[in-house]
Amino acid sequence: MRQVLLIDFGSTYTKLTAVDLDAPRVVATAQARTTADSDISTGLNEGLALLEKEAGPFRFEARLACSSAAGGLNMVASGLVPSLTAKAAKLAAFGAGAKVIQSYAYQLTREDAEEIAEIRPDILLLTGGTDGGNQETILHNARRVAGIPLSFPVIVAGNRSAREECAEILSPSPHPVFCADNVMPEMNRLVIEPVQQVIRQVFLERIISAKGLSETQTLLDGILMPTPSAVLEGLKLLAGGSNKRAGLGDLVAVDLGGATTDVYSIADGFPTRANTMLKGLAEPRVKRTVEGDIGMRFGARGVLEAVGEEAFGRLTGLSEDIIEQVVAKYGAHPEALPTNPDEEKVDFALAVFALRTALARHAGTLEKVYTPVGPMYQQTGKDLTCSRRLIVTGGALIYTGLLGNIIREALVQDDPWVLTPREMLWRCDQGYILSAMGLLSGYGRDAALELLLGAFGKEEEDAACK
Amino acid sequence: MDRKTIILGVIGADVHAVGNQILNYAFTDAGFHVVNLGVMVSQEEFIEAAIESAADAIVVSSLYGHGELDCQGLRDKCDEAGLKGILLYVGGNIVVGKQPFDQVEERFRQMGFDRIFGPGTSPEEGIQALKEDLGVA
Repeated sequence: MRQVLLIDFGSTYTKLTAVDLDAPRVVATAQARTTADSDISTGLNEGLALLEKEAGPFRFEARLACSSAAGGLNMVASGLVPSLTAKAAKLAAFGAGAKVIQSYAYQLTREDAEEIAEIRPDILLLTGGTDGGNQETILHNARRVAGIPLSFPVIVAGNRSAREECAEILSPSPHPVFCADNVMPEMNRLVIEPVQQVIRQVFLERIISAKGLSETQTLLDGILMPTPSAVLEGLKLLAGGSNKRAGLGDLVAVDLGGATTDVYSIADGFPTRANTMLKGLAEPRVKRTVEGDIGMRFGARGVLEAVGEEAFGRLTGLSEDIIEQVVAKYGAHPEALPTNPDEEKVDFALAVFALRTALARHAGTLEKVYTPVGPMYQQTGKDLTCSRRLIVTGGALIYTGLLGNIIREALVQDDPWVLTPREMLWRCDQGYILSAMGLLSGYGRDAALELLLGAFGKEEEDAACK
Repeated sequence: MDRKTIILGVIGADVHAVGNQILNYAFTDAGFHVVNLGVMVSQEEFIEAAIESAADAIVVSSLYGHGELDCQGLRDKCDEAGLKGILLYVGGNIVVGKQPFDQVEERFRQMGFDRIFGPGTSPEEGIQALKEDLGVA
């Protein structure tokens, strides 16, 4: 029996999954508190003991881990025009599994530099200019960043013509410098894979040890990637399949957390309506966005602000005062669970509106333009209206008894110009299978795909999850 | 890399794509680096493209008669965006109906355009003008 251990060092829990590659099947799962502030292996060993008790003993031929412990991978992104290179930089960082704490457009000011110093990012991404285009801004920004008296890796991925000079400007500074291909080498063309590879390499080589996570290396074959990146790998495999088995096709996934909400889509999102033209930056097929103000607890206030008291009142039937009280309580006590029917209603509404808002911000929009040849439509971003499969995860969704209702309600979108999915077959990732299989995909691809299809692709369950 | 960069596009809600393709071909063939934004291009898109690609000129086409409305304020926005003194051309069927061209030219000059081309202008004329204004041999 070939056994592999998959570990997700989360911010709160370390989740372990033991897989038998030959069957293939998940043999056992366990979780223990993450001990990132002391020695992270304490929590890991606790989890291992639980795992052994459940189905041991094990002889793992590989131990693979992803991590969002110690705050995850925090990045600052900078670009030139907000809707072009600054957006490209953000998309690249999100797609590499990072949290983008702040993003900047145009020239960095002294205050911006001070703010970056306070943020202390794990990585700073410098972009700007198409190849052969604007050099002034990225060079100015390189000088600003060089003047920040800290040491964090800087990745230069802007105008090719300015790359060497940027590296020269930064090389006397304490920041280690890495270069990658331009994120937008020509207008509206996004090239983010090369920079994402560099981000991953920097994560592996520097961030892990900087966060004190490397002591566990003796126990592991390495922390391979940030957790969101593992989720993306899992989704990519599930959507695309292998040369032996077909995948499920286009997918959308949402991870609803306490403070933030992640949305993933594996879809081209090309126009589905006649007379529609794509406008602006072409978005990547594999896209991740993070809504930093949308969540069930710390993010509850953000949800309320995004949709307004009125919508909340309509869905819950509660007065503004009560809603206000509960949201305030949740913001202050992230561990709180609903204790009465009113709080349950607010919890339900929070989940619905968080999902709906995060999906709307992730998806593209449509605009009607009247032309001499009749009405035409301009699409910005991805059209996900025809995406049919949704995977949700996050404690609030896993443990609710009302998941079907939440999803049905969340997919209602009155605004015809917002291109969110409307009808979906859904599944809940209760056992954090996506990240585990994303990790496994680099080691045992076929086994990972089979387990993913087993968890999310059973046709007989489709009817029940409409 | 000392090729001059020009931003090309059809402004507003205008969907006339043929002339745009011809100009793209002709300008590229004449040695310019053309960033072609295609049809239905807003003022903001012209400007953002010019910033990112450090363009030397913006060449605006319009065929459907609304060009005068679509082009208003483009020079001001360029100034605001730091594209001070960027070369601005406009050409095509840029006003409603048949009007004396010298009057049309004057109005567009007031709006900040450096060169204004009427209907039926050949691509060569535009190329010649670009070469003169950008100092290309």
